[in-house]
Amino acid sequence: MMKQLRLSGSGGQGVITAAIIFAEAAMREGRQVVQSQSYGPEARGGASKAEVIIDDAPIYHPKIIVPDIVLSLTQKAADNYYGDLDRNKGILIVDEDLVPDIPDFPRVIKVPVTRIASEQVGKMLFTNIVALGVLVKISKIVSIDSARASVQKRVPPHTVEQNMKALELGYNAV
Amino acid sequence: MTEMKLMQGNEACAAGAIAAGVRFFGGYPITPSTEIAETMAKKLPALGGCFIQMEDEISGMGVVLGASLAGRKVLTATSGPGFSLKQELIGYAACAEIPVVIVDVQRVGPSTGQPTSPSQGDVMQVRWGTHGDHPMIALSPWTVRETFDAAVMAVNYAERFRTPVILLMDEIVGHLRENVQLPNASDITVYPRRRPTKSRAAGYQPYEPEQDMVPNPADFGTGYRIHVTGLIHDYTGFPSGSPVVTEKFIDRLHRKIAIAQDEITHYDEFFMEDAEYAVVSYGGVARTAYEAVRKARAKGLKVGMIRLMTIWPFANKIIEQTAEKVRAILVPELNYGQLKYEVERAAAGRCPVSLLAKYNTLLFTPDEIVDGIENLTGGRI
Amino acid sequence: MQERTYEKYFRQNRLPHIWCPGCGNGTVMKAIVEAVEKRKLPRDKTVIVSGIGCSSRASGYMDFDTLHTAHGRAIPFATGIKLANPELNVIVITGDGDCTAIGGNHFIHGARRNIDLTVVLFNNAIYGMTGGQASPMTPLHKKATTAPYGSVDRPFDACQLASAAGASYVARSTAFHVQHLTDMIAEGISVEGFSFIEAVVQCPTAYGRKNKMPEPAQMMAWLRDHAVLQKAWDKLPEEKRSDKFPIGVFLKRQFEEYTKAYAEVIASAQGGKK
Repeated sequence: MMKQLRLSGSGGQGVITAAIIFAEAAMREGRQVVQSQSYGPEARGGASKAEVIIDDAPIYHPKIIVPDIVLSLTQKAADNYYGDLDRNKGILIVDEDLVPDIPDFPRVIKVPVTRIASEQVGKMLFTNIVALGVLVKISKIVSIDSARASVQKRVPPHTVEQNMKALELGYNAV
Repeated sequence: MTEMKLMQGNEACAAGAIAAGVRFFGGYPITPSTEIAETMAKKLPALGGCFIQMEDEISGMGVVLGASLAGRKVLTATSGPGFSLKQELIGYAACAEIPVVIVDVQRVGPSTGQPTSPSQGDVMQVRWGTHGDHPMIALSPWTVRETFDAAVMAVNYAERFRTPVILLMDEIVGHLRENVQLPNASDITVYPRRRPTKSRAAGYQPYEPEQDMVPNPADFGTGYRIHVTGLIHDYTGFPSGSPVVTEKFIDRLHRKIAIAQDEITHYDEFFMEDAEYAVVSYGGVARTAYEAVRKARAKGLKVGMIRLMTIWPFANKIIEQTAEKVRAILVPELNYGQLKYEVERAAAGRCPVSLLAKYNTLLFTPDEIVDGIENLTGGRI
Repeated sequence: MQERTYEKYFRQNRLPHIWCPGCGNGTVMKAIVEAVEKRKLPRDKTVIVSGIGCSSRASGYMDFDTLHTAHGRAIPFATGIKLANPELNVIVITGDGDCTAIGGNHFIHGARRNIDLTVVLFNNAIYGMTGGQASPMTPLHKKATTAPYGSVDRPFDACQLASAAGASYVARSTAFHVQHLTDMIAEGISVEGFSFIEAVVQCPTAYGRKNKMPEPAQMMAWLRDHAVLQKAWDKLPEEKRSDKFPIGVFLKRQFEEYTKAYAEVIASAQGGKK
């Protein structure tokens, strides 16, 4: 069954890395994955969007048509990227502090991901991995163990411990 | 096969080039190709190879030609604007018969255009961009895995034919990550650098062609003391103003590729057995086209697809055969219409050829191509 | 008569050359091969790389591995050769237009990298092959087909340019001062790093005829009378310098050479460091 996930925010929040880690976790479980992104010219601050498609059969068209889940870490990202969610089944996940005006959508999950990262992990830098934990729990596509293994592999060795903590906190926040 | 990995197209390009023996990269950073340079900068020194970031695109081309003449297998990578700047030296490589692979990860143009957005706008630039007459080989992969294979193939063709070869990528595949399994090194065929087959004393002439019409100019530093020039030259390698020499030379440049065309023309056929309509597609767009063809089939439309991997030399034969068989052909392209005209030329009136052009930074959706197919068929099932 | 041992370095079957009677290019070409002989460079491990223009035709006459590149691009090609195979000795032959106009960017970056090339610039102050257009080294107010009223473009001092850009060795001589020129080149060859030698040459055909020196001998006399050895130049008061120019070694210093530096990158990468 094909699943389509969109992660959005601003440049520097790490949504592309989170998407890559999610895709790797799905690959670990034997799924087919494609991951793509689009971003503006800014290294920091511009709009950033990453997509992951997961399926059991080879994936051809590489972009999302109708997302199952959209995660937005800024107001602008939420406004821009929730529109094509399936109104009956889709889920919008937002950072509850950074997305004050919640879009009019039936299923919105609010999580203070940035606050969890800065207050409970110690740095805003870990926002994306907290968000990844949330996404793993909500999407039910990959196991938390596969996510752990992928985080372990992708992040710099000296940050593994904090990233694991961020993943657990995100996973348990919803 | 090696273990499954999540890999980006640009990384697969670098990995394929290295697997084919590339040990020298020179270039200049440009979106969306930069990951190729970054990967080479990291990996080549560990293999005893060299990476050099040059002052501009032109020197990025010059430095790899020098390294190739000194015996290394070489790669450079760029995007449309940089490719334009490299053109003169691409012509030099064609004329002086220097093996080199140039990767062009296409982006929207003209000029600086849309640096991070996908396009197929360089199809004609890579074929006709430099002055004068010479053939060109260009390969356009549609998956991350095929990017690896295409890079290996590009390096092998550059060495075998002693010619510039273009790996015509696009932003779609260049920046896409997919799960891939790369072949084991032992399963990869690598074409070795050609060497002189006789000594200086036995009358060796560096630009005398072998049976395959390709000459074996010796690598610098191997004792042959050859002369290499971008002027038209005879078998000795020295310039000649003779009309006879010039004509024979330009004929040979073309013929050495033409006689091998069938071997280097790669394409896929999908659902063509009973097809009454065909989509001809290439590069990242072919992924969407494939999905569209499947959807159209589900609606009962008898449509098939030809996916071209070899863009140049153009796959005349399969297009002729296809045009003979189907009622109409659709060519979706992320440009204002480029390869469509080649398809039309090859179809030569056997069937109509329609263009589905898109040039607004976005990919086609499968439904847009399905609509294009339906327009083609006039709703006929 | 002295034996002309340097003749073995020429491709006799490619001579005579295409240069005009009275041209200074042949003198510099001979000085290069004499310098090669003096430095005992192994011939099969020496590569001559040239650009486009009158000077750059020299590569075809010299019996080494030789490369006649595109206009302005000799230094990037040479950089690739040297980095791909550092055991090769690489000598670049270029002209004032080739090196400082179309190839200007490569020139300063070659010097910046300090890669071990010996670059000999044949400065005839004009585009000779195309019939006498102004170059970035045409002196102020001198005439050219594209500067019929005299050039108003301030010229480059290529030696100062090379020095400022980071070369290890910078020198100038002329086609009149043959032994001096040979010494300047020979010393450049022995320096490990980017060596630059400007050889001022006479071009009676394209430059001299437009600037009141139509005879080769007049141009040679001009070189003789206007070139001042560095030591004398230093003592020369500003007002007497006018249209004179210094010759000699302007700069010799040691920086890490590029291929050596890159060998360390390779060693570090192979040592497993990240």
